[in-house]
This record gives sequence, C-alpha cells and structure tokens, in this order.
Amino acid sequence: MTERIATTPGVYPLPDWAKGDLADLKGHQKHDLVDGDEGEETTAVYEEARAEVLDRQQNAGLDRVVEGQLRWDDMLAHPLAVHDSVETRGIVRYYDNNNFYREPVVTGDLAFDGDVATELDAASELVDDADELQAVVPGPYSLADLATDEYYGDDDAFLDAIAEFLAGEVEAFPEVETLFVLEPSLVENPPADGEDERASEAIDTVASAAVAETDVVVHTYWGALDEKVHAHLLDADFDALGYDFVANHEDNLYNINEYGTKESIAAGVVDGQNTLVEDAGQIAERADWLEENTPAADFESIYLTTNTELFYLPYSTFEQKLAALGEATEIAEVKA
Amino acid sequence: MSRNREQFRPEGHPNDHFLLTTVVGSYPKPKWVDRARDLYEDDEADFDDAAWQEAKDDAARLITGEHERAGLDVVVDGEMRRNEMVEYFAHRIDGYEFNGPVKVWGHNTFDKPSVVSDVEYDETWLVDEYEFTASVTDRPVKVPITGPYTLANWSFNEAYDDTESLSHDLADLVNTEVEKLVEAGARYVQIDEPALATTPDDHAIVGDCLERIADGIPEDVRIGLHVCYGDYSRIYPEILEFPVDEFDLELANGDYDQLDVFTEPEFTADLALGVVDAHDADVESVEQIKTNIRKGLEVVPPEQLTVSPDCGVKLLPREVAYEKMANLVRAAREVEQELDAGEIEVDRSAATADD
Repeated sequence: MTERIATTPGVYPLPDWAKGDLADLKGHQKHDLVDGDEGEETTAVYEEARAEVLDRQQNAGLDRVVEGQLRWDDMLAHPLAVHDSVETRGIVRYYDNNNFYREPVVTGDLAFDGDVATELDAASELVDDADELQAVVPGPYSLADLATDEYYGDDDAFLDAIAEFLAGEVEAFPEVETLFVLEPSLVENPPADGEDERASEAIDTVASAAVAETDVVVHTYWGALDEKVHAHLLDADFDALGYDFVANHEDNLYNINEYGTKESIAAGVVDGQNTLVEDAGQIAERADWLEENTPAADFESIYLTTNTELFYLPYSTFEQKLAALGEATEIAEVKA
Repeated sequence: MSRNREQFRPEGHPNDHFLLTTVVGSYPKPKWVDRARDLYEDDEADFDDAAWQEAKDDAARLITGEHERAGLDVVVDGEMRRNEMVEYFAHRIDGYEFNGPVKVWGHNTFDKPSVVSDVEYDETWLVDEYEFTASVTDRPVKVPITGPYTLANWSFNEAYDDTESLSHDLADLVNTEVEKLVEAGARYVQIDEPALATTPDDHAIVGDCLERIADGIPEDVRIGLHVCYGDYSRIYPEILEFPVDEFDLELANGDYDQLDVFTEPEFTADLALGVVDAHDADVESVEQIKTNIRKGLEVVPPEQLTVSPDCGVKLLPREVAYEKMANLVRAAREVEQELDAGEIEVDRSAATADD
C-alpha cells in the first residue's frame, strides 16, 4: 500500500502583516534585503512569522512541515546571497517569472555558513514531533545556475564547490524526517551532454550529506526532465524524485513509465502559481490517476505537494492550498 | 513612415525637420498625492471622494503642465490617477478579483489580480483621464494603456484555458476602450506590453491582440507599442507585421547594444527611441542625448523617429525626471537644426507607405 504524504517545497509567502512590517523595517531597495545579519526587530518579525506558518501547516494536517524560508528574499539563491564570499549585484529575473533576485557573485571560497541550519534549529523548537520536520535546500545544479562564479574558474569546479558547500550546510542540520532538494534548473536550463552526469554527481554529494534516517526528495518543476537528464539523475543516491504534473503530466508520466523512477516519488499536483484552489477531492483523484497510470510502479510513498514554491501566491490563497493538501491525504486514509 | 505623424507637429515648429518628442507615460507622483491617498484610505480621516478626486485632478494638471514646460510635443498626465499598471485596469474590468499582495522582489509587492470568470467591459477606464488632460493643455495628449497580453500574463488565470484565449478577450475590451477614447478626441494611443520581454516566444499572441485592438480604429489615430527590458532579437523582425504605427523601445539602458537587431531587415515602422535611462538618477547631458538620437538615425530616417525616455520614469526623483525631459527636448531641437543644415548625414531615406 502506497503511503500518501502531504507536504510542500517551502519558500512561502510572508503573512500580509509581516510583508508590511518588514518593508518598513528593512526598506524596498536591493541593499535592504537579508544579509544574514539582521537586527533584533527584524529577527523578531521573522520569528513570529515562522511560528505562524508552522502553525498553519500543523492545523492544515500536513504530514511534513517546513520552516517556510520566509527570510529567503532571493528565493533559491538565498544560501549564497547571505554568504560572506558572495557579492550580491544587480536585480535579475528569477526563471521565467515576473520575480527578481539579487545576482549572487561568488568571489571567494564557499566555506561553511550555517544560515539554513540556524533556521531549522529555530523551527525544530516549534514542532512537537521531530519526525515531521522537513528541510528545504536549492539543488546544486540550480544554485550554480542562479549564481555567477568569479572565483572557481570553470563550470565543473564551480558546480563541485556549490555541491560541497550545500553538503556542509546539510550536515549541520538538526534531525529532520525529510530533505527536499529543489532543482528547477534541471528542467528550465537543462544540462548538456556530459554535464548531466556531473549534475547527478553533485546532487548525490548533497543527498549523501543527510543522515541515513532522512528521506531525500529531489524535486523538479516547470515541466519535465529531458529523458537523458532523467536517466542520469536516477543514478544519484536519494529516495524520491519529484515531478511537476501541473506543468506537464504527459512527459513526466512517460519518463516514469519508460525509465522507471525511485522507490518513492513527489507529485506536484497542486498549482503553486495559480489562485485557483484545488479541493481535497481533486488532489486525491490526481494521486489515484497517477497510481493507475503507472502500472509497472509500486511506490512506497507519494509526496503530494504543490509543483513550485509557494511565495507566488497571496497569503490567503496559500493558506487554502495548505488546507486542501492536508485534507487530501486524509481522504485517502479514509478510503483505505 | 506612418501617415498620421504630421498632425503632432506643433504650429510654428522652428525647424523643417521634426523629431516627435514625448514620454512613455508614468511620472514621479508629488509626495502630497501619496499623502492624499493615505488620508483617503484612512477611515478616520476627514477626506472624502471629492477631496481625493480634487487631489488627482490637481496632480494631473500639474504634471501635464510640467511636460509642457519641458517642451514635449505630445504630453501625458504622468498617470497620476493610476496606482499600478495591471491593478488599475483589473479594478475596472468585470471578471477580476483581488486576493492580496504578492512579492515581485524583496519587499516590493503588488496586488496581483485573479481572473475568475469571463472578462467583460464595464465602466470606461481612461476616458475621464483623457478628457481632463486634454482640457488642461493645448498640446496633443498620448494615452498609454496596459496591453492585453500583459494584463493576462501578470494575473492569475483561474477561468481561461490559456493565456492566449484570455489575452484575446482582453484585447476586445481594449479595442472598445480605444474606440471610446477616439470618440472623445484621442489621436495617440500607446499599448504597453512589458510582459512580452518575459516570454518573447508569445509574440504571435501579442500580434493577434493588436489586430483586435486596431480593428475599426481610423487610420489617423496613431497606435504605438511599448516594449522594454528584453532580448529584442527574439521578437524582431516579426513585430513589423503588427498593425501599429510606432514601436517604443528601451535602448539607452543597454547603451544601444541591441541597436543592430533593428537594422536588418529595414525598420519599416516609426521608431520611438529611448534616449534617457529611466532607472538612473544621473541626468544625461544634451550632448549625450544628441549622440543617442543619432543612434536612432542609424535605424530610421528623421521622418520616422520619435524621441522619448526608455520607459516610465515614475521611480526617478521628480526634479531628475524633469531635467531629463527638458534635456531630451533641447537635444531633439538641436539635432533637427543640424539636420536642416545638412550637418548630419542620414543613411536611410524614409520608407514609403507601400513598404
């Protein structure tokens, strides 16, 4: 029997009150954004907002809860944007969205930082059961894709350095049940021949840094992976591969049926970029459809999730999406 | 060259050559307009609809006058009545609803609307704005309108199968609005499509939308298209097929590194060339702007050249915005004189109407 686990890839919208408070405290310009060294007042706002989004997830009945990544002003580029060896320069477009982040330019050695671990430590204080906490990191391929290198010299060395850096960050995490590694660039800016193998090795480096008890999910979105990239990715050692069934269900289904997948999958079945709220029944149906259409597979778990990060949505819609996801796995349990 | 350009040449224009000077649209709001808005939105303040209307009228009159003083041939009210380029229209179109602010970057947010049912035309969007502006100036007034593709693409789409079908329906509404504006006397309309820069592969959708917008609009009405901050090689030369008189392009920001894109094949429409940077608070000198204008003459002859800033200037300090406009006009007039005197060699002759 396949277990259905309700979760999200994190990177949440700030509650509306925090949007206002932080804009007043921090300002609107690029030098006002998070640098890893926020003042007391700003930290207090983030703490309150973190507690709020954890509470929302728990109330919604999600099976995994995330810290929320509310401080990630630069979205997936955050772990670099706050690093001492990184300069943040102009504002650049975040994938094909009407969203922007500060271009992180790596100008020195990417030594251990610990920023994300500190957030997770704070979150773990707020969850009753350590079993339910889920960490979120950008995948090494995506983080390298979002950044610019002025230190390591060539693409391979840069990707390796990013992977080693992320592995070091993951090693410092408190105990978590699940680690989501977000790799949208594998779809949006796919690696070329040869590069795909190195991308897979880099992901392996990050995934292997998690303790054995942590389930590692590598999540891809904004379409389907090229067949070869998908095949190479399966060589890396992790527990579940994530697919975006909102943006492209046909090719993702094809990849799974044609090449097989990991023991478990993450299924992006809720649209993280549209205010149309799927109800719990629809979400459960999409999971049923997925199981019916992958006859050769017998998944240990399906992580039911939004396809993308959630900061694109207004806060009220975000709350409704969490509630629907939480309820969707309860439906399955009742039916079972 | 479009046949409707000459109507904007001012009476008594000092030079034989005429480089049409204008702005893209938005202009910095005077601080007291923001204060008035705060008061209007504060339930406890004694500031009613009439007071807020008066504040907006005052601001529109003031900025229109500022454009006149800078010497612009075609003026705008600086979009003093509009809060944001998508929100403003979404509030006036049936089928949209709002669920709260979303992040654009950092702590900059906007109330990204959701399309929840078929979009329908309700009240007019811009006729009052146009009529007021036209009543406070003797100069021709341009009306910028956010384009249907941008209205579709920068909204959440809950109701339509895809962006294309939503864009088409919105284009029909824009067409209705343009008809009403023309009825009210408008002769210069600019469709703003910044979203095209994010998804240049959708240029065919934008083209279809413009066909719908231009449908039934008399030829003496000048229609422009503003596009900014994108990779133009991905939309040129396809955009030349669009039924518009003029393309208004941001090019100063990239120091004209994309200018070559437009030289082959020949640029057959009019070019509204960005000659001052909308996001740099340093005021370009007249000499610098003249150099920029000459860049435009590498693409089109003077008869097809309009001179304007790269983009809306609302984020600049107001005095900087004014100085940029004033220098832009001075530079254009000086280039006209040099053209009259034969001191500037023009590579290209005007495209004929049959091109």
